[in-house]
Amino acid sequence: MAVLTDRRSAPDSGAPQRESRRLGFSQRLGRWDVKLSPYLYISPFFILFAVTGLFPLGYTAFVSVHEWSLLGGQGEFVGMQNFTDVLSQPTFWKSLTNTLSIFLLSSVPQVVLAITIAALLDQNLRSATFWRMGVLIPYVVAPVAVSMIFGRLFADQYGLINSVLTMIGLDPIAWHGDRLASHVAIATMVNYRWLGYNALIFLAAMQAVPRDLYEAAVIDGAGRVRQFFSITVPQIRATIIFVVITSTIGGLQIFDEVRMYDVYGLGGADQNWMTTVVYLYDLAWGDQHSLGRASAVAWMLFLLIVVIGFVNFLVTRQISTSGSTSKKSRRKSATTSMSRGNA
Amino acid sequence: MSSVAVTAQTAGEGAARAAARRRTRKASGGANRRAGWIVYALLGIVLLISVFPLYFTLLLGSSDPVEISQNAVPQWLPDLSLFTQFRTVIESTQINFWLALTNSLIIAVVVSLAVVLFSTLAGFSFAKLRFRGRGPLLVFVIATMAVPTQLGVIPMYILMSDLGWIGKLQAVIVPVLVSAFGVFWMTQYLSESLPYELIEAARVDGASMIRTFWSIALPAARPAAAMLGLFTFVQQWTNFFWPSIVLSSENPTLPLVVKSLQSNYFVDYSLVMGGVFLVTLPLLVIFAFVGKQLVAGIMQGAVKG
Repeated sequence: MAVLTDRRSAPDSGAPQRESRRLGFSQRLGRWDVKLSPYLYISPFFILFAVTGLFPLGYTAFVSVHEWSLLGGQGEFVGMQNFTDVLSQPTFWKSLTNTLSIFLLSSVPQVVLAITIAALLDQNLRSATFWRMGVLIPYVVAPVAVSMIFGRLFADQYGLINSVLTMIGLDPIAWHGDRLASHVAIATMVNYRWLGYNALIFLAAMQAVPRDLYEAAVIDGAGRVRQFFSITVPQIRATIIFVVITSTIGGLQIFDEVRMYDVYGLGGADQNWMTTVVYLYDLAWGDQHSLGRASAVAWMLFLLIVVIGFVNFLVTRQISTSGSTSKKSRRKSATTSMSRGNA
Repeated sequence: MSSVAVTAQTAGEGAARAAARRRTRKASGGANRRAGWIVYALLGIVLLISVFPLYFTLLLGSSDPVEISQNAVPQWLPDLSLFTQFRTVIESTQINFWLALTNSLIIAVVVSLAVVLFSTLAGFSFAKLRFRGRGPLLVFVIATMAVPTQLGVIPMYILMSDLGWIGKLQAVIVPVLVSAFGVFWMTQYLSESLPYELIEAARVDGASMIRTFWSIALPAARPAAAMLGLFTFVQQWTNFFWPSIVLSSENPTLPLVVKSLQSNYFVDYSLVMGGVFLVTLPLLVIFAFVGKQLVAGIMQGAVKG
């Protein structure tokens, strides 16, 4: 801003002597304006983020080493007691396995299907906007509503999906009884809501692939399928990783769908589909009222997510620097981390 | 501002080039053949899967609870009894529907406006003003996007409870007034779409910094700000986790209404499903108007909300 200030003060210096005092004042005011304004403008973000983002995270560590009840408040310092308590709970480990299982079931098919849909949308379509909007509809349905609706579709008795299975001669599936089946049902809800969204991200990446690559491939005699696997997929690699990372961060914090999958919302009688965040919620606001133990869980999940995010970041950077990725994908990899998790 | 330029600084050079190429291709016509019927058929199936669950909700909302418990699809067309369910939900004293609608609206609007304002302000500063520590601070903002702040719920709850905000809307609004992604997004946009000459011209004319922001930067930021606002709105409208902790069914938001429908009327599926549809309807209506912008926003790199 130095340049601007100089230009601004240039006419002042040429002004008559008797006006110099007043101008001096406004000039000084202008300089302060230039110096302080940048900080003033970024301060709302930093102040609010410190209070509502950083402080709670740091304080979680403090709460986790104390006896701390929902109603009674802070108790004694107990060191690592809360952590060892939680780690010795089979429910904690079960919730962690459930979370990873649901995450895998929702991320892998989702990426494959989203790329397929993106490839369809990337064709030279009539009324392209209509189709793009069409696949995005599920995004505006709240996860709790999605869960209620799919809860009916996946009902153990007289659910539509089981009826169809019976109709084609298969056995109905215990969507609320069998552990893996419940994970599939919950993963389906996640996929339903995010499939179109991710397809559009992939579509944007596909449209950035230089068309001459395809032209060269056509000359070399490659068919459509071959083009897709040899050009499209490698070219959108970075975007694939970006989508995987965002779904990792969101997936490891899955809560809404599980909370609504049955009336009790705590992952079923045997915690068959209880996820780690639901476990955290139950520790704090369920029967135990133990904010200390819940904080220990939060802190461990936090570390897990950060570690996975960091590994993902390293992998992404590796791939970006190995060439072939567009400017956009590199920028996205910076954005990547966890914006979905912050939701 | 040409759309190519917009694409260039939001989605990268490659996307802009592709867009430009598309346009020329369309103009020259027929270089790339039209998609075949099989593509439309497959997309039709995808569309059907997207819409069917919502239609199914309407069907269940129109039928009898007894029928639902005996038949997967009690009827194939929705009928007027749907409105009976709507009415029951709206008039129920346990549900507080109008209050929930108002609360959701207040939260989504206030948060969207705040996020847009604070992000544009910070984005203007980061993109166009020079000050000591700018680089490291911007890196810090980007790094905070990698922090799952949702996991700070317990101290946040303690804080809200100390402030006496439990059950009040400010408990939901205040923690999400700023967004690291928003700051990053606006910084990106403004650094490429707002020419220094415009700012200098305003300064030469004697405009103060805030005046420059208000009359130069803010109007220039409008397209990106609109998208940021839109995504924040949807995100807040559908948000459940934190509101379910600090709000109760006496002062709910719409997603909490779904929860109380489930716990109060769980045997009456037609009522529950009618209510679920009613709760989903406002955003579907909004989507009909802004769906195009949402699509464009995602394709230009807006990140999951």
